[in-house]
Amino acid sequence: MYFSNILLNFDNDAAMINLPFVKASDRFNINSQLEHLQAKYVGTGHADLNRFEWAVNIQRDSYASYIGHYPMLAYFSLAENESIGRERYNFMQKMLLPCGLPPAERDDD
Amino acid sequence: MYLYSLTLQRATGVVCAVIGSFSGRDSKKSGGSSSSSSSTQEIAVARGTTLELLRPDPETGRLRTLLSVDVFGAIRSLAQFRLTGATKDYLVVGSDSGRLVILEYSPDRNRLDKVHQETFGKSGCRRIVPGQLLAVDPKGRALCIAALEKQKLVYVLNRDAAARLTISSPLEAHKSNTLTFSLTALDCGFDNPVFAAIELEYAESDRDPTGQAAEQAQKHLTFYELDLGLNHVSRKASEPIDNGANLLVTVPGGGDGPSGLLVCCDNFVLYRNQGHPEVRAVIPRRADLPAERGVLIVAAATHRQKNLFFFLLQTEYGDVFKVDLEYNNDTVSELRIKYFDTIPVASAICVLRSGFLFSASEFGNHALYQFRDIGRDVDVESSSATLMETEEGFQPVFFQPRALKNLFRIDEIESLMPIMDMRVANLFDEETPQVFTACGRGPRSTLRILRPGLAISEMARSMLPAEPIAVWTVKKNINDMFDAYIVVSFANVTLVLSIGETIEEVSDSQFLDTTHSLAVSLLGEDSLMQVHPNGIRHIREDGRVNEWRTPGKKTITKVGSNRLQVVIALSGGELIYFEMDMTGQLMEVEKQDMSGDVACLAIAPVPEGRQRSRFLAVGSYDNTIRILSLDPDDCLQPLSVQSVSSAPESLMFLEVQASVGGEDGADHPANLFLNAGLQNGVLFRTNVDMVTGQLSDTRSRFLGLRPPKLFPCIVSHRQAMLCLSSRPWLGYIHQGHFLLTPLSCDTLESAASFSSDQCSEGVVAVAGDALRIFTIERLGETFNETAIPLRYTPRKFVILPKKKYLAVIESDKGALSAEEREAAKKECLEAAGVTENGNANNGDQMENGDEDGAEDRNTLPDEQYGYPKAESERWVSCIRILDPRSRDTTCLLELQDNEAAVSICTVNFHDKEHGTLLAVGTAKGLQFWPKRNLSAGFIHIYKFVDEGRSLELLHKTQVEEVPLALCQFQGRLLAGVGSVLRLYDLGKRKLLRKCENKLFPRTIVSIHTYRDRIYVGDMQESFHYCKYRRDENQLYIFADDSVPRWLTAANHIDFDTMAGADKFGNIYFARLPQDLSDEIEEDPTGGKIKWEQGKLNGAPNKVEEIVQFHVGDVVTCLQKASLIPGGGECLIYGTVMGNVGALLAFTSREDVDFFSHLEMHLRQEHPPLCGRDHMAYRSAYFPVKDVIDGDLCEQFPSLPADMQRKIADELDRTPGEILKKLEDIRNKII
Repeated sequence: MYFSNILLNFDNDAAMINLPFVKASDRFNINSQLEHLQAKYVGTGHADLNRFEWAVNIQRDSYASYIGHYPMLAYFSLAENESIGRERYNFMQKMLLPCGLPPAERDDD
Repeated sequence: MYLYSLTLQRATGVVCAVIGSFSGRDSKKSGGSSSSSSSTQEIAVARGTTLELLRPDPETGRLRTLLSVDVFGAIRSLAQFRLTGATKDYLVVGSDSGRLVILEYSPDRNRLDKVHQETFGKSGCRRIVPGQLLAVDPKGRALCIAALEKQKLVYVLNRDAAARLTISSPLEAHKSNTLTFSLTALDCGFDNPVFAAIELEYAESDRDPTGQAAEQAQKHLTFYELDLGLNHVSRKASEPIDNGANLLVTVPGGGDGPSGLLVCCDNFVLYRNQGHPEVRAVIPRRADLPAERGVLIVAAATHRQKNLFFFLLQTEYGDVFKVDLEYNNDTVSELRIKYFDTIPVASAICVLRSGFLFSASEFGNHALYQFRDIGRDVDVESSSATLMETEEGFQPVFFQPRALKNLFRIDEIESLMPIMDMRVANLFDEETPQVFTACGRGPRSTLRILRPGLAISEMARSMLPAEPIAVWTVKKNINDMFDAYIVVSFANVTLVLSIGETIEEVSDSQFLDTTHSLAVSLLGEDSLMQVHPNGIRHIREDGRVNEWRTPGKKTITKVGSNRLQVVIALSGGELIYFEMDMTGQLMEVEKQDMSGDVACLAIAPVPEGRQRSRFLAVGSYDNTIRILSLDPDDCLQPLSVQSVSSAPESLMFLEVQASVGGEDGADHPANLFLNAGLQNGVLFRTNVDMVTGQLSDTRSRFLGLRPPKLFPCIVSHRQAMLCLSSRPWLGYIHQGHFLLTPLSCDTLESAASFSSDQCSEGVVAVAGDALRIFTIERLGETFNETAIPLRYTPRKFVILPKKKYLAVIESDKGALSAEEREAAKKECLEAAGVTENGNANNGDQMENGDEDGAEDRNTLPDEQYGYPKAESERWVSCIRILDPRSRDTTCLLELQDNEAAVSICTVNFHDKEHGTLLAVGTAKGLQFWPKRNLSAGFIHIYKFVDEGRSLELLHKTQVEEVPLALCQFQGRLLAGVGSVLRLYDLGKRKLLRKCENKLFPRTIVSIHTYRDRIYVGDMQESFHYCKYRRDENQLYIFADDSVPRWLTAANHIDFDTMAGADKFGNIYFARLPQDLSDEIEEDPTGGKIKWEQGKLNGAPNKVEEIVQFHVGDVVTCLQKASLIPGGGECLIYGTVMGNVGALLAFTSREDVDFFSHLEMHLRQEHPPLCGRDHMAYRSAYFPVKDVIDGDLCEQFPSLPADMQRKIADELDRTPGEILKKLEDIRNKII
């Protein structure tokens, strides 16, 4: 609901002109464009993003970065006195539920 | 402030390694029959940001570095492939560049060339940008590069008409919300390529608040098939798999085996293939492993030869298992896992066809092993056939690690990874300071003493009757491989030693032994020459002796000679020139009177195919060096003159022969350098024009307090130069660069090259009354190291300045204490039925005893096997006093009760009752997960007893948090206890709180003090500048940083400036602006009023970050120090990967301009090898600021000559001048 409000504001706004590839006829398409971005780039936010989803994304990105940067992985494994291979596996496993269980759905009016 | 960043020692840890025939060269020229089995193998090793090619030498069993390139990007994965029918392997690199790079090694030019570079995504180590996982079809037809999540791209590899490698545009095999654990390609012969991945989908569990979906989340083994006909990738099958799966290993197929995969899981290894039932076997467990721990495979290697293949899998505890498959066609009936051997945990293991195993240890030294057997003996074995499933799950199989049986270590490659702490100090009163580094982890921890310079290994040392003044070696014939004589000259006699099986004195050599010698050399093809003060003795091959005598009372003072020409200088300054004629007679050719005495002489070597060399260099006491011609038409006429800063003492021509390619490098045009050792200790080096004899491009370098004496020698088959000053230096060419490096040995008097049966490239030298023969090792390295073993992971150490001892704190998580280990060992030995022989386990052993292990084969050295694992919340720790000179541990206190030492400092309290005390911060029952938690923290105060060799506990004060930082301040002790900064005074029974400040955001990790300022580093929030007001007894923060920095290391630079390093691999300098600093110093309240107002929960003033640089590695220690005597101070850093680097401040604006332009041009003309943009890399987290990357600048000499000229033109300089600049700035650092 909130999201569509933003879109309505775009209608006669200067911001509309700045958006590339958007013609007047495509204006119902902006929704699909955002969706396209969200589908293509994991972690692209949207107006209804809640605190949990945001945190999950950040955590997954962090773990991916720790795994990608080998020195960092080594640094963690020194602290925990585990082998680097085990540390990498643990981080991969933690990417499943990085912030615990999602909160129960609430009906936001 | 502008800084020049230079890596002194490249990272030594290994991220990943692959094996292949990258050079494509045949080891035996066997006529190309089965070229694939005879070509030499190289190991490509990624060391963080450098890519290296290593080649094992099958004869010596040592690993040699062929090439090492800095790629300015994080290398995350490597793979090798070969096109069908080709003989050469390509190297594929997955990095953080968002690009796929295929490299080809060209052995002729010794460089890696980029064949393809395909961009597919953003740069950086991101979750969905591929680069982390890489798999190549065994037949080299396709490769797949994947990210941790979602994205997988498949590229088709092919070749064009000219047999060049082509690559297709990528085919996508993405799947959203799916994590990929491992990726590999199936070996399915020439059928369509199939890739397999362990995948886990998380979409469901993200939505389900009950947690049911997460519990049921199931890993899948997914097969992706590339249809080469349709050019399309399809998700062929996805089968559920054990939820502990972490690694896939390809099983040979296509006629060599059953094809399919080994899936390594927590505790299990499975065989899987499409449409094949699962074959499962349990991984044997160490008997002493706590039940809570699993066994995970972390490294794998496959060995393939005709009709045989097996796998070696290494667990996270270091045990290597051999996995065999029992199969019939495509059906696998049994999978057997047999205990093979135990070696330190590796990040990658590679099996070479020549029967070697390369193990890249994740921490500590890497090793090369030779196979003694392939595990055919009976050993603990688990098999899929005997797998027992009970109600509690599968029945484990236990084993006890034993000594190496199948492997035999033949070489070790030193690795500093990880450097935990570092200090630069001159504790040994040597000419240059030593770098003390605390390295390694657990039982493989060491304290390493690094000295700049090359290591020598002494082969022989014998005493001579008196103190010799000079030494030479001569061959009897120019074609001989080895030297025949060592000639040693004393003050009035000459001693001749013959080289054979042994080295012994001979008297039949015809050399005149009643006088001292000035020169001894081979003349012509096969005659010998001895120059003594009264004449020249020419000994012909048939034993005839011709003697030339000096006229009148004159004596010979100096000699210069090469193979065919001799010049002598008589007292009074007369030069006489001799040449060897066709008949082998030495003939006087010309005489010339010099104006004064001659200081030194040298003749250039005879150029290939010529009769004589044209250049004679004469050094005079009027501070000049003259080049005289030796041509018959203008004999002894001056060609050029060079004035120098001091009288020359020794001269030497060094000829660099023209070479195209070759083992070590690029094309070298022929070059002649004149080197002069001056009396003020400077080595002066200049280029001699081969035609005109003009001197140009002069360089000088201070070598030591004594005038350098220059001697030729041979290093890796090339001419090199030994410069003997107050310490010896070696000038040599390594990978295309001329390097001048000190040798790690004491002062030498005279030296000569030495070559014999036992030692093909050595040096014989005299020093004092000893004759020494040694070889020079590990060329190209900056430091040589001496290691002292430690017990646990070193955390920090301090130098005790008075006694020059070191106090080290060591601690390890999840390990058993020393007594428990002893008990367990005893038990284990008894269980094995071995009678214990007393000396193995005496309780007071200080070291973790590799010597003990070697003595007694029944005790397993912990270094090899690791400490037995305990529950993860257990800690062991010790405090050690170490005498680095004798390498003795004089005191070792093992902490009890789960305490771990975390911080250390020396402190002198106000009342001088105890003198210097040692404060150690400890944490009891520390846990990191799920939240940092501890039962108590303590600060121990120790008194030094027994002349500082031992410690005695004075008292122990409990604190509420972890005391991660301690520092002395105005006769009191400052402690960072969690987020509280507290000032303590010494009491009788405990420390007394005097003052505290609780306003720090997270956890204090570093404290530095200077005058009344205190610089506090916070774990997450960078620096806070504090002041202590004595009159009001108040600590308050007056400035802090606006950037959140996860501080890992800090160092005080000046009154307003701190240098810090963060967890993400950045180094930065924070400075309090001058006007603010003045204001605070002038303010009578010291900025206190302002502080009380505060700003946005922070301090009223903010520091500015004036320097930013991304090192690309977690920096663990920083220190301001100078590595050379008289050199400027620079900031030295050490990293987790074992990289040691330096940041030097520029002193002139001109240099800044020059180097920033050079850097800019190199960025454009020579972009990094793995496709990462250099500027973007150095700015990975914060834009790089005021730091010039010396590592990039130093790639200038490796550019092609025309490119060098082009860049030089742009900079209005010659390439030579640029090289000189680079050399100069390096010489300022080390």
